[in-house]
Amino acid sequence: MPLELIDSPDLDAGYREGLWTLNFGPQHPATHTTLRLVLQLDGEMVIGAEPDIGFLHSGFEKLAEVLDYNQYVTIVDRMNYISPMANEIAWHHAVEGLLGIELTPRCKYIRTIFAELMRIHDHLLCTGTCVLDLGGATAFMYAFNEREKIYEICERASGQRFHTGYTRVGGLLYDVTDDWIKMVRDFCKTFPPAYRDFAGLVMKNRIFVERTKGVGVLTKEDAIAGGATGPVARASGVERDLRRDEPYLAYNDFDFDVCCAQGGDCYARFQVRMMEMLESLKIIEQALDNLPSGPVFTSGTGKEGIPDKTEVYRSIEGLIHHFENIMPNRQMPSPKESYYGATESPNGELGYYIVSDGDFKAYRARTRPPSLLHFSLFSRMIKGCMLSDVAAVLGSINIIAAELDR
Amino acid sequence: MSETKSLKESLESKLTGIPLSWSEFRSQQRVTVPASNIAVALKALRDAGMDQLIDITAVDMLEYPGATDRFEVVYLLLNTNSGERLTVKTHVNEPELKLPSACPIWFGADWLEREVYDMFGIVFDGHPNFKRLLLPDAFESFPLRKDYPVKGRGERHNFPIITRAES
Repeated sequence: MPLELIDSPDLDAGYREGLWTLNFGPQHPATHTTLRLVLQLDGEMVIGAEPDIGFLHSGFEKLAEVLDYNQYVTIVDRMNYISPMANEIAWHHAVEGLLGIELTPRCKYIRTIFAELMRIHDHLLCTGTCVLDLGGATAFMYAFNEREKIYEICERASGQRFHTGYTRVGGLLYDVTDDWIKMVRDFCKTFPPAYRDFAGLVMKNRIFVERTKGVGVLTKEDAIAGGATGPVARASGVERDLRRDEPYLAYNDFDFDVCCAQGGDCYARFQVRMMEMLESLKIIEQALDNLPSGPVFTSGTGKEGIPDKTEVYRSIEGLIHHFENIMPNRQMPSPKESYYGATESPNGELGYYIVSDGDFKAYRARTRPPSLLHFSLFSRMIKGCMLSDVAAVLGSINIIAAELDR
Repeated sequence: MSETKSLKESLESKLTGIPLSWSEFRSQQRVTVPASNIAVALKALRDAGMDQLIDITAVDMLEYPGATDRFEVVYLLLNTNSGERLTVKTHVNEPELKLPSACPIWFGADWLEREVYDMFGIVFDGHPNFKRLLLPDAFESFPLRKDYPVKGRGERHNFPIITRAES
């Protein structure tokens, strides 16, 4: 007797057409963090994908309204925790834009070095795990070996490996030491051979190339209209980099190229990230060669910046200065205005829209997270791909759920 | 500077007789458009070259000194060719918390508008898939409103727990 598999008339139409639904996540090795996809499949081909996000929503933007401009830095580095200091630099870039503070040259250079180290840090993880998700565990280990060195550089400067909380309004928590400069120089020496090993394992690897070329294509038009920025947009041929187009920090002083590709597929995004690491290294070397001396804190009206600890503990003037800057009712006033400050974070345009009502804390601080816009494009990219390509596309757009959900 | 002028002209030619207020802060251009004209204004700006929607967000002006409107909805626009930026602001008040969706203009508005609804309760008409984005569908409040306490209203403690026996 022939077996009638579809015997219930109230099964949905999709099922009768031979489509099936697959739940992907929230916990899955390829999601890296917590996000969920509901995939509609025809055999192995993805017809539609409905992302379901919000598992890591923690109300960061509400907290921005009760913490002052210096305190909130500890929250922003928990957003994209793959490159924590890039968030801190973006946050204080926006705050300083609102308050109209000009940084000292030394502070600008140190922040630039850290921003570029964070770019390498982020790209190493993204490219490494992208390969890992496609089955290449060795390259991942090569990438993580280098990330460890960057953690140590962060620790030497700020005392923390991960959530550094290193920037302050108008400056940095501590100045860097000669020891730190030597560590960064050593990193610049050891990184290129490690990069060659890593790239050699992957870039021409036939399995990797076949799994990523032509997969998850994002056209230039879709990238622009969909709000894609950073490496994802540049891989689709959008020639835009805020470091060159709206120079901030010390980027005007350095010679570097903006890396673009035309394909718009996973391989193009991978290539752009790989090329950007070398450009970042170029910037770090130039910054180290020309690192200016002088203070890391601005000393304009005296209300921005925190005095040196030796001054605070050894002189009454220093103690008063510290008190005036830290006590909530005596801090620097901010203009009653709104300001949008954006930086080129490793993942794309990371901006903060700050509305101030005159206090030293934000009335409203909106994060413009690149991950959110990129993940909203995911269902367009994955349409028509195979089920096994989901991991490749997810890996190539580098979704960080903590930043996605905030 | 000339670019901004042409933007200004193209917007004002589409919205003749509508009061637009232009302002500038630290060389960032802003324009405030009445909520009833926002769809026309955004379309005109897209046609004038603002091809990327960077962000949509809202601000609850409940406790803002001197504010007369309850919510300010902010659109951050960018011209990817010239690098020019423009901030478009509009105001909505209760009980008419409604704006036309920007999805037909930039499809990237999809999740941004859903997040604004999720956090502030502002409805976007004509959105293809309008529902909460980050919070659970059963959540009743809009947490980024100023009258919502930072500690929450006990949602976290009273969250329904599904036991193994019930599932």
